[in-house]
Amino acid sequence: MSLDTLIFVISVIVAVFSATMMIVQRNPIASVLYLIVSLVAQAVLYVQLGALFLGSILIIVYAGAILVLFLFIIMLLNLRGNEDLGEKSPLVSQATKFIVSILFVLELVFVVRSGYVAESIATGVADTGSTGFGSVEDVALLLFTRYLYPFELTSILLLAAIVGAVVMARRENRDIQQSMFVEQTPSETFKKGQG
Amino acid sequence: MVPVSAYLIVAIVLFGIGTVGVLISRNMIVMFMCIELMLNAANLALIAFSRSLEVMDGHAFVFLVLTVAAAEAAVGLAIVLAIYRNRETINIDRFSILKW
Repeated sequence: MSLDTLIFVISVIVAVFSATMMIVQRNPIASVLYLIVSLVAQAVLYVQLGALFLGSILIIVYAGAILVLFLFIIMLLNLRGNEDLGEKSPLVSQATKFIVSILFVLELVFVVRSGYVAESIATGVADTGSTGFGSVEDVALLLFTRYLYPFELTSILLLAAIVGAVVMARRENRDIQQSMFVEQTPSETFKKGQG
Repeated sequence: MVPVSAYLIVAIVLFGIGTVGVLISRNMIVMFMCIELMLNAANLALIAFSRSLEVMDGHAFVFLVLTVAAAEAAVGLAIVLAIYRNRETINIDRFSILKW
């Protein structure tokens, strides 16, 4: 077993195991931490595939920023393990969910098996240096030439997300449902306790 | 030399785990995390194909997907916050007022 294969197997085991643990955990904070572990293992796979820049972006932006945002929200809401989740759903419903997801996965497997897949890839790890496949330079070149238009549209998406997040999380308006659809101050007809 | 199909299988497994998580979880935040996991599985497949075909377009796509995921997390968590402020719970079973 070569070193490449060994790294691949270890990363896959870590990624899949922590993803599984993420969905079986009752405590949301533990789920976030398991997802971070899974993302770090996936970043190893990215680097193995030559995507050095995207691997570091995955750790810096995803594990560093987005999941910390999740942690902030969980702590802000003061959630603990088992509270607030109600009774378990009935067995038939659970079984249906599992069957549907298994069918979905089988469909994906079928698609991959039926399609054309190149046999092997060269996984030269980390010997690419600062230029070449997957480097910052090449990704930036692609983003600013061929994909310039989608890249600029991304800024509009981010602006819309910022405005949307601020509007949704605004505090002074108690009737958020109303303020979303009617651009006026809350009238007397909608009071708290009606919903 | 790990074949590209191995990476695709990993992507499928991670995507499936994310799907199961979205379906069986009743915690809204965990559902969002599972959606993030599904996006990452798609990213892994894109990068594997990008490597296998020796073109870098997949990297640009992954970059855009990361941006979408960040925007989705920000807006989604703001929605969770607003709902929690109104209803005092994030159990997804309690939000069935739109169900017919």
